[in-house]
Amino acid sequence: MYTEEMLASIHKVEAARAENAVMEPDRMSAEEKRTLLVTYHPDYKKDKFVSLQIGPNSGDMVPTELAALLQANSRISVMDIDFGKIDYDVDILIIGGGGAGTSAAIEAQKAGAKVLIVTKLRMGDANTMMAEGGIQAADKPNDSPAQHYLDAMGGGHYANKPELVRKLVTEAPDAIKWLNELGVEFDKAPDGTMITTHGGGTSRKRMHAAKDFSGAEIMRTLRDEVLNRDIQVVDFTSAIELILDEQGRAAGAVLINMETKEILIARAKTVIIATGGAGRLHYQGFPTSNHYGATADGLILGYRAGARLLYAETLQYHPTGAAYPEQIFGALVTEKVRSLGAKLINTNGTVFVHPLETRDVAAAAIIRECTIRKKGIHTSDGIGVWLDTPMIELINGEGTIEQRIPAMLRMFEKYDIDIRKEPILVYPTLHYQNGGLQINDKCETNIENLYVAGEAAGGIHGKNRLMGNSLLDIIVFGRAAGKNTAAKCRDITVGKLTISHVTEFAEEMETAGIRSEIESPKLLPTYTHGHE
Amino acid sequence: MYMENMVNIFLMGKKYSVPSNLTIMCAMEYAGYQLIRGCGCRNGFCGACATIYRIKGDRELKACLACQIKVEDNMYIATLPFFPLVKQGYDINKIKPTEQIMMQLYPEIYSCIGCNACTKSCTQGLNVMQYIAYAQRGEYEKCAEESFDCVMCGVCSSRCPAGISHPQVSLLARRLNGKYLAPKSEHLENRVREIEDGAFSDLLESLMQKPVEEIRELYNTRVIEE
Repeated sequence: MYTEEMLASIHKVEAARAENAVMEPDRMSAEEKRTLLVTYHPDYKKDKFVSLQIGPNSGDMVPTELAALLQANSRISVMDIDFGKIDYDVDILIIGGGGAGTSAAIEAQKAGAKVLIVTKLRMGDANTMMAEGGIQAADKPNDSPAQHYLDAMGGGHYANKPELVRKLVTEAPDAIKWLNELGVEFDKAPDGTMITTHGGGTSRKRMHAAKDFSGAEIMRTLRDEVLNRDIQVVDFTSAIELILDEQGRAAGAVLINMETKEILIARAKTVIIATGGAGRLHYQGFPTSNHYGATADGLILGYRAGARLLYAETLQYHPTGAAYPEQIFGALVTEKVRSLGAKLINTNGTVFVHPLETRDVAAAAIIRECTIRKKGIHTSDGIGVWLDTPMIELINGEGTIEQRIPAMLRMFEKYDIDIRKEPILVYPTLHYQNGGLQINDKCETNIENLYVAGEAAGGIHGKNRLMGNSLLDIIVFGRAAGKNTAAKCRDITVGKLTISHVTEFAEEMETAGIRSEIESPKLLPTYTHGHE
Repeated sequence: MYMENMVNIFLMGKKYSVPSNLTIMCAMEYAGYQLIRGCGCRNGFCGACATIYRIKGDRELKACLACQIKVEDNMYIATLPFFPLVKQGYDINKIKPTEQIMMQLYPEIYSCIGCNACTKSCTQGLNVMQYIAYAQRGEYEKCAEESFDCVMCGVCSSRCPAGISHPQVSLLARRLNGKYLAPKSEHLENRVREIEDGAFSDLLESLMQKPVEEIRELYNTRVIEE
């Protein structure tokens, strides 16, 4: 399966393997990391960002591709919307059926609220399903929420909102307990002790996992629970504008049936945006590990209605996306591979970075290796470095890969690569939207009755999220959004519905001289694979 | 794109010429489809893109995930983006991991005729018939382990003459195992209790009040567990 050039390089990797496996590479100093990031990380490429001209974040830099959608035309003609016919009338409208949306739905329904989940594809078609490595929680005797707090703040470059991090780390053990009691399986020793590992940037082994299907195991259980509870789910239906009431409070959404294109109206006392990430916008041309629907829709809906963004300019490029073969280009190779001992190696067989630096640092180090240092390995349509997977069994014994990372074994097996015997080629892939709509620790935005949870929210992870804090955040903040909206909606009487903010936004665009050919939210990417 | 290596495929019976290095999913997009159904994670985890195919001249009908398999010349492709599985509702807090629960919720598993069509069709290469056998006997831990990689694409059920919804059966088994049969984590229970008692709130509060320089210093000098 590998080319001659690759095989020649593999020989060097093999020759150095025993020595590389036992060596402990130096960790970079704070200053070295800073220089590396500024020079090589995609977030620092100034020409790939533009300043927003209108809206609550006017003057802030965001990726060019996101700006084009934020400052674009609505998919609806305001004149055509008829509030005389309400299709769904609920307490809580949850937009998005991933981990955050379903967690919110379960808690809200438990608290007695009438809930509706609308989701663009199927419930569970979400980045949650694809999270492989694990979920953090400081539940071991040598660990504490304070230690977890410190790791998250350092990883996020101290830009995280302290109140959000406090909530994240304090409620982490209870999140694990909640999941476990729903029936989520975790890797445990025979005495019940959770088997935990390091992630990049963690100071304690607090990564809980369900093999390397952690997110899938969580998502399928949450989905099953939503179905058991008879919560109303409308799938293949997307929100395309928020609806406000005459007091400017969130009061529902305009929906579109993805297949029939029928427009529907959902009225709600509170709205939770749980629409997830943006990998399918392919910032700076990067491939992505994200699911098909990750197009930042929630950010567009919220922004047009006046919700503030925070750190929308920071993206996470997962250091180890598959670089080869081309069929899986950009697919995630879980960080757990490095947690289990595999190191990053250049074409000469040399270890060039500590395997457990934070994701942004590791990604920048790989880009440096492949550019200025010219020590990458060429593929048909790109470049990559080795992730020396056979090291895992050298360190932990035979059978470890099958037992702990079966999904990875299977993914490469399909292309005749046995990761127990051969290393794999990796290159950074667009993985996570670190920022999003700004929330407080109740998941509230600056628009009354509009809540956000999950990847669409900003502030929890600062400017760089640690592995295992995303599965955690969707559960902690998803549950909180569900409980808080359920409590809030008891006292709400929805006023007259309006989408005048859509008209006003269009007028602002015109005043600013912005002419767009684009309709947003994007909803789905279009791929043609080279077909003109 | 290697345009020189084109193959002919038949999407729902209609012929298209596509590059041979594409997966079935990408080939459909190359042919001009904008997928709505039958496409989720594009990476083999979500089970949205169950697909059946037959190579011309071959008798065998094969099943796969469209995002995971490359096209071949003369491949007849039909997508199966939805299959009506039977999903029974239950209260996870009220049911118990006994043999009776399967009998109550999914009695059709006892009508399995042992044809093994489920296993032969599994897109994940799982021994589906074996995990159903475990479920029949109430051996939920074994059923959970054997079925763990299931992506619930539903192909097994589409082939089952007994009308079994295998993915739902194994999901129930995994939840029973995760909740009731797997050993309890004492350290987790303890930590949750400590947090409820406010054991860490002062410490966290003081960290939150510290200026960034001090947090940075604490972070840079923290001891990392070996």
